[in-house]
Order: sequence, then structure tokens, then C-alpha cells
Amino acid sequence: MYDFELLKPATIDEAAAMLAEGDAQALGGGQTLIPTMKARLAQMDRLVALSGIDAIRGVCTDDDGRICIGGGTSHATVAREYAKSYPALASLAGRIGDPAVRSRGTIGGSLANNDPSACYPAAALASNATIVTNTRDIGADDFFQGMFTTALEEGEIITEVRFPVPEKAAYEKFIQPASRFPLVAVFVAKFADGVRVAVTGASSDGVFRWSEAEQALSDDWSADVVAGLAAPGAEGMISDLHGDGAYRAHLVKVMTARAVKGAV
Amino acid sequence: MPKDTGIGASTPRREDVRFLTGKGRYTDDIDVAGQAHVVFLRSDVAHGRIASIDTSAAEGVEGVVRIFTSKDFEGVGGIPCGWQITSRDGEVMREPKHPILAEGKVRHVGDPIAAVVAETRAQARDAAEAIVVEIEDLPAVIDMKAALAEGAPRVHDDLPDNLCYDWGFVEENREAVDRAIAEAAHVTTLDLVNNRLVANPMEPRVAVGDYARHDGSSTLYTTSQNPHVIRLLMGAFVLGIPEHKLRVVAPDVGGGFGTKIFHYAEEAFCTFAARALERPVKWTSSRSEAFMSDAHGRDHVTRIELALDADHNFTAVRTQTLANMGAYLSTFAPSVPTWLHGTLMAGNYRTPLVYVNVKAVFTNTVPVDAYRGAGRPEATFQLERVIDKAARELGVDPVELRRRNFIREFPYQTPVAVEYDTGDYDATMDCLLEMIDRDGFPARRAESEARGKLRGLGINCYIEACGIAPSKLVGQLGARAGLYESATVRVNATGGLVVMTGSHSHGQGHETSFAQVVADMIGINEDQVEIVHGDTANTPMGMGTYGSRSLAVGGSAMVRATEKIIAKARKIAAHLMEAGEDDIELKDGKFTVMGTDKSVAWGDVTLAAYVPHNYPLEDIEPGLEETAFYDPNNFTYPSGAYACEVEVDPETGKVDVLAFAAADDFGNVVNPMIVEGQVHGGIAQGIGQALLENCAYDAEGQLLSASYMDYTMPRAHDFPMFQVDHSCRTPCTHNPLGVKGCGEAGAIGSPPSVVNAVLDALASGGHDVAHIDMPLTSGKVWAAMQGRGDK
Amino acid sequence: MGKVTMTVNGKSRTAEAEGRTLLVEWLREGLRLTGTHVGCDTSQCGACVVHVDGAPVKACTVLAQELDGAEVRTIEGMADADGSLGTIQQAFQDYHGLQCGFCTPGMVMSAASLLEENPKPSEAEVRHYLEGNICRCTGYHNIVKAVMAASGQEVAPVAAE
Repeated sequence: MYDFELLKPATIDEAAAMLAEGDAQALGGGQTLIPTMKARLAQMDRLVALSGIDAIRGVCTDDDGRICIGGGTSHATVAREYAKSYPALASLAGRIGDPAVRSRGTIGGSLANNDPSACYPAAALASNATIVTNTRDIGADDFFQGMFTTALEEGEIITEVRFPVPEKAAYEKFIQPASRFPLVAVFVAKFADGVRVAVTGASSDGVFRWSEAEQALSDDWSADVVAGLAAPGAEGMISDLHGDGAYRAHLVKVMTARAVKGAV
Repeated sequence: MPKDTGIGASTPRREDVRFLTGKGRYTDDIDVAGQAHVVFLRSDVAHGRIASIDTSAAEGVEGVVRIFTSKDFEGVGGIPCGWQITSRDGEVMREPKHPILAEGKVRHVGDPIAAVVAETRAQARDAAEAIVVEIEDLPAVIDMKAALAEGAPRVHDDLPDNLCYDWGFVEENREAVDRAIAEAAHVTTLDLVNNRLVANPMEPRVAVGDYARHDGSSTLYTTSQNPHVIRLLMGAFVLGIPEHKLRVVAPDVGGGFGTKIFHYAEEAFCTFAARALERPVKWTSSRSEAFMSDAHGRDHVTRIELALDADHNFTAVRTQTLANMGAYLSTFAPSVPTWLHGTLMAGNYRTPLVYVNVKAVFTNTVPVDAYRGAGRPEATFQLERVIDKAARELGVDPVELRRRNFIREFPYQTPVAVEYDTGDYDATMDCLLEMIDRDGFPARRAESEARGKLRGLGINCYIEACGIAPSKLVGQLGARAGLYESATVRVNATGGLVVMTGSHSHGQGHETSFAQVVADMIGINEDQVEIVHGDTANTPMGMGTYGSRSLAVGGSAMVRATEKIIAKARKIAAHLMEAGEDDIELKDGKFTVMGTDKSVAWGDVTLAAYVPHNYPLEDIEPGLEETAFYDPNNFTYPSGAYACEVEVDPETGKVDVLAFAAADDFGNVVNPMIVEGQVHGGIAQGIGQALLENCAYDAEGQLLSASYMDYTMPRAHDFPMFQVDHSCRTPCTHNPLGVKGCGEAGAIGSPPSVVNAVLDALASGGHDVAHIDMPLTSGKVWAAMQGRGDK
Repeated sequence: MGKVTMTVNGKSRTAEAEGRTLLVEWLREGLRLTGTHVGCDTSQCGACVVHVDGAPVKACTVLAQELDGAEVRTIEGMADADGSLGTIQQAFQDYHGLQCGFCTPGMVMSAASLLEENPKPSEAEVRHYLEGNICRCTGYHNIVKAVMAASGQEVAPVAAE
């Protein structure tokens, strides 16, 4: 790692001020950023650790019945807290990385990084979550803007993520066996006004909504309906050692059908 | 009844206590006062000419002690190769220089260009980044067929065709084999790849060089399976340090699997730099660095043909293999695709005619050398796969086809030089079939099908040659070393004893199992025996641990030395009891005059040896310490039958291993618990090779699987519980313990049954797939089901 | 550089750390607690797992300065008060759950976290929980048995299946 100064703000305002000054970067749980820094692929003068800000840790439910998760909340906490009220989300959080990664990794860090193979972006997009920052609220459809790219401005901090709870939902993940990230994973969420289907791992543009499936499932909520759809096009799908574009496209369909079948 | 002590007992491992409490002493745990740290600047291109290296900016980085390039190594030898192969035309293999730091050209991604020694590792890395290297890119050769094509770029400028050797075995049989294949009732042909693997012991390599100004001696602490071999190779061939001025210590070593046999440039560098700087120099590999600097394994491309007569007797086997050597010859690389591979091509079968051709090829990739099994997995895989393919083509039961051709008379002289001393292949097959309930398979398959899954069963046999090896024989075959093993047994005055062995334990539990043997021979408690290994300063010259040789060869040396101890102690006991030597019996740690109640305890005899007041000084010397060197007169031949049951998800191609069973014949067994652990680990690596692991390069020579993010290491939930059995025992006839070795069997025997099982599953789903190259990843299996597999 | 203090295995310990100093470096180099190992650089292998404030954490993927004041438990703190092997450690020895010993500290620490969360895990739960711990020697067979045995569940005796 290149050396840096580690700053430990206690409040969001302090953190924002630190991030506004010079070459600084925010550190969430560090489960992606620290390995990146170890490989010397990231360099900064000052690293602002968000782990000391109590205000962005923890979970609650708002007046609209949405579940609100502080940006600094660990995957382990989400997995534990929502096993009953939003089991699909809890199940997703409980399968990210491994237990040690889940102790440190945070929802805010995962969403801000928007790795094309991360789990949380699929949940946020399919649930039509609102990403709350220290300056504004951003809808999930506007938040994700392609691989490793989001609507966040320099220095903007995710303080909370608000998830409407669907009637039914499930997350089906087919893992890339080495990294354990999704090779393809699909989050399906059925709301009263329609179905949303978000796919991660597959596209070189990052998480995306599979609109054909959403349309079909909104009309007829059944796994068989998915079987009747053509798989999304293989162009634009990631092709690597672990699977080519055609395979990933095929898996999108398989995982979507399984998610519908398993939705609770 | 299982024994609770001595030979045959599952004695818990004594070494575990330090490993379980954080008190192990691995090389990276060793810090020598005043040490500096080295970081290597490695090539990021596969092939190029070094135009210039500018270290001026780097030298100004804080903490830098000195920066080394190849200029600093003029007159220093290259990393030597320990085995010479002779080609079919009588020419010796091509052996290009393997410099410590790249000279003139870089030849693979990871080839070290410069080395920065600094006060801290971070400073050394900062400085390494500040070195400016200009490299003129050259086209890389990665694919072996392309490397052999006319006009291919040359990995080494003076080697026009990138060929290391072209080996034929047994060359005199070639025409007879060709004829037998031409005249056969049936010939099954299979083209396959044995995938390149990275051994990945969990402890990355580390080297610490130290230099003593007061006596001019050097010490190297290193993650090695064979410290004496490193001392010999590095001292005599690279740095010119006589062995009495060079000590090599391999303390606790966190796994080896072959990749820590070899002498590496980083070891020579640290030793050299410590002497040049007169201060200790330490290198710790990162895992990413390990992927591009540890020798890789396997990487063969093979065509095998099996000829059968009308009664399904095997009449001939012919194989042609391209074996990847990488950019340079690693220590034992040339021997792996030849003598460790060709000699196993008879397998467990009475095939009268065998011909093996191997072309070893240089490419712009990391050197390839022995990895668990080394040559024998490659032989087993092709033979056992082609037999399964033949059974399918002929519509016969694959087990019956094997049985029809089993060798049943021992000793058996194969047509590929080796003579099997013992074995009983029917017995291990019978044992296997009993374990796996083969008759119940159709019902299990139906149950899987009811859940929408395809179920398959794969079975295969294996034989291996290990207990490496008779020195005289390997000398004739091109080895530049002997392959004996050594032990010194030092008995202390109060009766406890220390065994100093040339074998090295890096997970095998020698400190426990070796003590069981010696304690059993004398009849004392195991905790009175201490095993010392891993330090050239206090162990006799030994060749180390690989090739499943520790107990068969090192254990035999220890038995011989202990026998000498007992013979001498018997003389002392006879003197003490005023009896004839022939009348003395040693039992349960007591010397007794047979037929009397006269006895003297072990401890009284050992005390007499060191306090020789009443002692036959006219006949024997005081003291009780003996050394033995043991050179085997044959290899040992473990064998067995393995089975794998898988389920394939037809929607995704994902393969789940539901059951794996292994019936092995290891001859006698000293510690069944340790033996089973070795088999478990070998099976896991074999399943890993078959389903998950793959070291891949792109066409430009960039390593695609360069970390655990892309190289699939098997995890706990990739496996079921394994069923293992070693109750079929035909003891080795030529070593004193009757043991055969168990370290590699699992990795040798398991890949074919996994692949056979997957193809069986696919066939049950109507997918007629003749072969899929390993690893059988979900994507490849799915593609094969779509009719667009490799073949 | 700054001083960082943590409670390590029940004792207050202080050592220097740069901003970039990882917890594992602080433990190994600062405190000479070399039982915690480094087997990779991508947070995959788990040889470095320790407990921070009671939760399993990869010590190679967390900064020492961030943990000033934390409570840390390492493999060196897992033995019983009298120095004898703790239950999990003893089960690893009894069931041959280790060979080279390099992954073992992380394995034991992860197993301890598992049994705290789930005192009677099934075989599948053990295998799943150990997803972030790579062992190259044992094929996991005897590790799984050791963890099951440590939880007080019946397992096949060693070398008798």
C-alpha cells in the first residue's frame, strides 16, 4: 500500500469536511478498497474511515413501512435483522463473501463501489430503493450508472438506504467459483404495482433491469413465463475465464425463473 | 483391534499442539536482527528485450540499501536443472541458462528484472516502482503447437524450434506398437489436455539470507521440502559456496505439494545479497507474486490410442504428448513428463506393447515442474479416460473391461522398464465396489432424475511408482543426484533418543509417525523419541520429501540406523548380564536373557554406553549413535480403485460431487489417521483439478488466473465426506517396513473418475459427449450439453 | 506513525502503526504474535482470521489505526486458562483437522465464531460457514469432523470410516 493519513471522523459533517479537502477518499468496511490499495491500484493522501460514525450504523423502519439501513451497517447486521421482515434481502446479505467479510463490509460501501458483480446493487435496484446521502435522496434507477459508476458526487456519503418491502422477492446467485462473487445473480421483487428484476454479475455495464422479464412477470407471476422468454442478448455480457457471454445470458434466464419459484 | 501405540496406531500428532496455539515457526516468522527486505521488480510482459534499466530515481527513494540487476551477477551461475533427458536421436536436451535476474530478455510475466533491498518492505516496493525499464516487446509463444511451428518466435534466441527434447520410450518398441495398432480389432483414440495447475500451498514462499562476518559462512532460511538439495544446488552450482560454509534451514513449512522442492532464484538472491551487503536480507512472496514465480504443474497436451483385440484384451498403447516446460527448466522439470510419466503407461494392465513420445516445449510462461503426483496423474488420466471411452465404444462394462486386463502375477515386468513387486487389483476393486453400492446406483440415478438432475458414476484404477528412488537407476535415466535418504539416531544417556532425518515434514506429520516406528522397534514410549528435520546443520545429508518417499526411503534409513543401535545395545546388555549376545532378546524396552528372568532395562544399557565403567571397551566404542543411508532397490507401487458419483444440473452445467470413494493398497500402514488425511487431501486436489482449477494465459502471455479471485481453490462445500479404505495390503517386498507411500495417490487416482462420472451423467441425459477437457467448469459442461463443447 | 492500543487476548497492548499498517502486520510485527498468518492478498484465504469485538475479521483487510481501542482475540488466546488446548483446538488434534498448520489459526478462529452463532451446526452449515477459509492439505474432511465434534455432536471415530 501507498501510505496515507487515516482520519476517523465521529459525525457525517466532519467526514464531509474532511472529504472536501484535497486528495481524500472515504473508507467503508474496506473489504474491496483495502485489497485494491494493497495491490497499489488506489492511492490517496487521506483516507476517511466512516466506521466511527454511529449515526450511519443500524436499522429502523420509517412511517411508510420502508426499512432503513444506515450506510455503515454491516452485511452481518442486515442478515440478522431482516431474516423475517425482508428475507430475500437478509438472505442476500448473509451470502456476500464469507462471515469475516460480512462482519466488516457495509451496504454503503458496496453500493458506492457498484462493482458489476456485487450483490447489493441488485437488491437496491429491484426493490426500487432510495439511496440517501448527506446531501440528497437518489432513486435506485438514477443511482447506478454503469460499472463502478454511480450518481454520487465527489465526497458524497451514503448515510442510509431505504427499501420498500415487496410482497414477494428472492435473490438467486450463481457464484463465480474462485472469487465467490456472482457470475450471474438475479433479484426479483414483486410489488402491488408490478415486478422488478435486477441482474448483477452478467453485464459489463453493471447491474441492470431485465425489462422483458419484468413485463412478462407483471402480467403473469410464474416461473413458466420466464421459461418462455428469450434470454437477454449475449452482446454486452461479460465474457471471461468463468463463462462466456452466451452462458451468462442463459444463466440470467435460469436464475430469474428460480428466483420467481423461490420468492417469499 | 486398532493399536493404541507404535506401528499401526492412530497416534495424535504432536506437532499439532504448536500449530494450534500459534507457536509454529514458519520462515516468515523468522526475523534476523538488522535484516533488510527485498522486493523484486518483475516483468509485466511475457516476452521482450530489455533495452535499458534506469535505477537512478529509485536509488534516491528513502530507505533503499542497494538495487541489483543482472550486471551484479556476472560470473554467478544460473539456476541449475537436476535432470538431463536424452532425445530419440541421441542428443541431450537443450538447457538454456536460467539467470537469477533476467539477462537481456524477459521470458515470462513475472521474470525478475531487478531487486531492491531496502530497510522496509514498503520502501523496497516504493523504489521498485521508481525503476524505469524499457522493454522492446517481442511476440510471445504461449501455445505449445504454435511454439513448435516453423518460424515461431524464439523463447531463447539460440534455440530455433523451442524444443527442449523429443523423447521416445521404449524406442525399440515403436514399430511393434505401430504394427499392433494397425492390426487391432478396435482402436480408441482420445485427444486431451492435462490442465496447468498452481500448487498453492497456503504458505507463500519466503527466503531469509544471512551472512556471518566472523567466519564467512552463509545461512538461508527457506520454505523448502529439501534443504540439503537447496544447499547442494545453490552452493555448488550457483554461488560457489562450499557446503561447510552454507547452512540451509527449512523450519515449519506450510505445505509444499512439489512446488517447494525446487531451487528458486529468490533463495540464491537473498543468500548472495546478504553476503554482498553483510546484513540479513528477507523476501516474502505475496500470493499474487507466487502465481507468477512458483513453478506450475501439469500442462500436457496428449493424444492416446488404445488397441484391443476381439476379446477386448489390450494389445498396445501409443501416446504422444507435448509437455510445457515454461520459459526455463525448473529443477526437476525434464523428468516429470518422461520417467515419471512414461514408466506408468502400462497402468494396472497386461498391455504388452507401449510406446510413449514426449516433446518438451519452451514457451513464454512460468516454468512447469512437479506438482503432487508429477507425471503419474498425467499418465493415469489419459489411460483411465481412454479405457472408459473404449468401454463405451464397445458397449461393455468399464469395470469388467479393466478386470479383463488386470495384471495378476507379481512380480510383474512391464514393457515400460519398471517391475511391480506386489499388488492385488481385484482386491481393491472389490473393496471399492462394496463401498459404493454400485448395484444401488440406478435407484439413486432415478431419484436424481426425479429432481431434474443428471447423475453419473465414474470408476477408475491407478498405479503409481513412488518411494523415489534407486540412485543407480535414476542415474542411468539422467538424474544428476542420488535419491537415497539418511537418518542419524542419537540415543542419550538416560534412554531418550533423537532421530535426525534427511526427510522433511511440511504437513505429513513425521514428528509423530517416525517416532512411532522407532519407539515400536525398541519398545519405549513414543514421547521418548524426538524427530529433528529441516536443518542442514544438524541432520545428515538427505534428499528431502517428495514422490511419497519419506517413510519408504527415509523411514527405511531410520529403521536401519535403529537396527544398528539395537545391535550395539544388545552387545552392551549381554556384557552387563554376562550372557551370550545371541541369547539376548529386546522386548518392551527391556533386554532379557532368553529363558531366564534376568533382564536389564533400556535406560540402564544407554547409561552404560555413556558411563562405561562396566563396559566391553575392548570390543565396542562408548556412546550410542548410528547413522544409516538407505538407497532403495526399486520404486514402490501403491495402487487402488477410485469412484466418484456426481450430479449435474442440466440447466446450469454445475457439477456437484455427491460421493467419492477410494480403495488404496499402500502396503503396511504406520499411522492410519495420517494416511487417511493424506488421501483426503490428495482427492481434494484431484477433484480440484477435474472441476475447478485452471491456470490460464491469454494469447499475449498475460496470466489470467493470477490470484484467488480467478484461480479456483476448492472450498469446504465443494466436497462431500470422502470414503477411504486402505485395508487391502500387499506389503512392499523390498523395504524393511513393507510400506509403499500414500502422499500422492489421491491426486493421481481421482481426476479420471470425476470426468468419467460427469460424462456418464451427461450420457444418461442423452448428451453423447466423448470428452470435456479439465476443469469441467459449469460453463464448459453446459456448452457441451448444447453440442458446442471443445470436442 | 502513531501508537495504537488494543486489548489483545485480554491484555492491553500498544504498538506503532502507520496509516497503512494492517491489523495482521500490527499483530505479527508490532506484537510478535506470529500465529496469525497471511496466505493471500485478495481477502480470500482466511489464514488471518481473528476476532475483533467478538466478530470474525480478516486481519489482512482492516487497518490497525481504525481499531484503536478494539478488543482482539487471536489463536494465541484460544487455549484454556491452564494452557491446555481449548475445546476446538483439542478437536482439531483429535480428528486430525490440520496438516501443515498454516491455515489452522484462521480455521480455528472461524470455527469458534460459527459455534458461537450456531452451537450445533449441520455438516452443510459447517462447510458453508468455512467458505472464507482455504485449506490445501486436508480436503476439509477432518476439519468438518473436528468442528462437528467440538460442538458436541457425534462423529465417526478417526481412521475408522
